[in-house]
Amino acid sequence: MIKVTNLSKKYGNHVAVRNVSFTVNDGEVLGFLGLNGAGKSTIMNIMTGYISMTTGSVEIDGCDILENPAEAKRHIGYLPELPPLYPDMTVKEYLYFMYDLKKARLPKAPHIEEICDLVKLQNVYGRLIKNLSKGYRQRVGIAQALIGNPDVIILDEPTVGLDPKQIIEIRNLIHHLGKNHTVIVSSHILSEIQSVCDRILVINNGTLIADGAPEELSRKISGSGALTLRIREGSSGTKVAAQKLLANINGVSDVTFVGSEEPETLDYAISVNEGADVRAVVISRLLEQGFTVLSLSAAELNLEQLFLKITTEKSTFEKGENE
Amino acid sequence: MGAIFKREFKSYFTSPLGYVVLTVFALFEGFFFYYLFSNSSGDITVLFSFMMNIVMFLCPILTMRLMSEDKRLKVDQALLTAPVSLWGIVMGKFFAALAMFSLCFLLTLVNQLIFAIFVTPDWMVYIGNLLGMLLLGSSLIAIGIFISALTESQLVSAVVSFGVVLFIMLMDTIASAIKVEAISNVITTLSFNTRYESFSNGVLDFSNLFYFVSITAVFLFLTVRMLQKKRWA
Repeated sequence: MIKVTNLSKKYGNHVAVRNVSFTVNDGEVLGFLGLNGAGKSTIMNIMTGYISMTTGSVEIDGCDILENPAEAKRHIGYLPELPPLYPDMTVKEYLYFMYDLKKARLPKAPHIEEICDLVKLQNVYGRLIKNLSKGYRQRVGIAQALIGNPDVIILDEPTVGLDPKQIIEIRNLIHHLGKNHTVIVSSHILSEIQSVCDRILVINNGTLIADGAPEELSRKISGSGALTLRIREGSSGTKVAAQKLLANINGVSDVTFVGSEEPETLDYAISVNEGADVRAVVISRLLEQGFTVLSLSAAELNLEQLFLKITTEKSTFEKGENE
Repeated sequence: MGAIFKREFKSYFTSPLGYVVLTVFALFEGFFFYYLFSNSSGDITVLFSFMMNIVMFLCPILTMRLMSEDKRLKVDQALLTAPVSLWGIVMGKFFAALAMFSLCFLLTLVNQLIFAIFVTPDWMVYIGNLLGMLLLGSSLIAIGIFISALTESQLVSAVVSFGVVLFIMLMDTIASAIKVEAISNVITTLSFNTRYESFSNGVLDFSNLFYFVSITAVFLFLTVRMLQKKRWA
C-alpha cells in the first residue's frame, strides 16, 4: 500500500505541490490527471525518492521513502516522463545494467527475457538504444521499470509521443500489469486515464481537487437530475413546442436545445431541480402530445467535460475565497 | 556501486574515447621514452615528470561526462530512484575513471621492463612514482567529477576542469611569483607537485599520502552533496 500524507513541495516561492494526501491500495490502478505543469510529475518524483518533499511523508509498503529509501525503492519501478536511457548501450546491456543496479534477486536471464516478451522487445534486443524509435525507447523505459518485479509501478505519461497503435499496446500492457501490481499512471489525456484506471486523482495547480472512480466523479459533477432527450423532428413547430412543454413540467429548471446529432431528430439538455425525478413525467407528457421519444438518458459528462468543470469550479471557488 | 563501475568503465570502450585516450597516451609516452632512451637515460622519474603534462588533459577528458551526461540524458532519475546510495553512485563513477587512468599508467611498466634490460632498475622509485601518480590522479579525478556534477554540458565540464588542473599544476610557479612569504608558503604547502616529489624519490611519506586521499575524499563528498542539493532544491 502507498500512503501519501500532507505532501507539499516548494521551489523558492513557487508552490508546486500543496498539501496532497491519498492512499493507494494493493492492486489498484490509479491515474493522475492534470494539465501540463499541474504537479503530477513532481508528486511522482517525490514518491520515487528522486526529489524530496518540503513537508509531508510518503510510505511505500510501510517503508518511509526518506527514512528507509533503499527498502522503499526496492518496491518501486519508475518510468519518468523521459525514459532514462543510455543511448550507447544495447537494449540487452541496458536491462542487465538496470538489473544489477536494482540488485534484483530473480534469475537474471530468464527474468529479463520474460520482461522483453511482455513489452515486445525481442526484435530489438541486441540493438543500440540510440538507433531505436520513440516507441521502442518507451518500451525499454517500461521494461527497466519492471525489472525486479516491483509491487508498485509508476509510469509518468507512458504514452506521450506514441502512435495510436503503440498507445493501444501500452494501454493493454498497463491493464495486464494491473492484475499483479499496483500501478500509478499520469497523463493529461483524459481518455487515456479513463481507459486504464480504477480510480482517478485530479490535480490542478499542485492541489488534489478530486478523487474517485471515473464514473463516480462524473456522477458527482453532473448531478443526478440532468437528462439528455432525443425526439423525432415532426413539423416545423416541433422544436419550440417540445421545449415549451418540457419547461412547464414541475421540477425542470432549464431546457436547452443542443442540436441534431442524427438527421430528423432534436436533442435537448434538461436541467432538473435537486432531488426531483422527472423522467416518467417527461415521457408521458411527450407521448400525450404526440411526440416520438427516441431516447432519454441521464447526462453523464465525459472526462473532458468533467475535468474542465472541476478545474473551472475550483478556480471560481478559490477566486471567491480570495475576494 | 559495482553496476555503475562496470557500466562507466565499459562506456570508455563503447565510444572511441577510451581507445583515443590510450593511443594518444601511448604515443606521448613512447615518444618521451624514446627521447630518454636515445639520451642514454634510464631514469623513470623523468618519464613520469614528462607524463605529468599529459595528466592535465587526461583527467578532464576522463571525468567530463561522468555526471553531466547523466543529467543531460535524465538518466540520473534511474540512478537516484534505484536502491543504491548516493555514495555508491559517485564511487562507482570515480573508480571507473581511476581504473582508466591506472590502465594508462600501467603502460609505463613496459618502459620500466625495457630499462631493466640495460640498467639495474630501482623498483622502489618506479613504485613510488606509480603510487604518487595514482594518488595525484585520484585527486584530480575527484575534482573533475565534482565539476562535472555542476553542469549538464560535457564541454563546460572539460574546460573548467582543465582550467582548475592547470592552476593546480602551476601552483609552484604562482607561489614563486608571490612576494608575500606567508602566502607563498601556503601555496607551496598545498602544491600537488611538491607533494608528489617525495613519491618520485621512492619515499612513502604518509603526510603526502594523507593529503591526496583527503583531497579526493573532500571532492567526492562535495559531489555527493551536489546530488543531495538537487534532491532538496
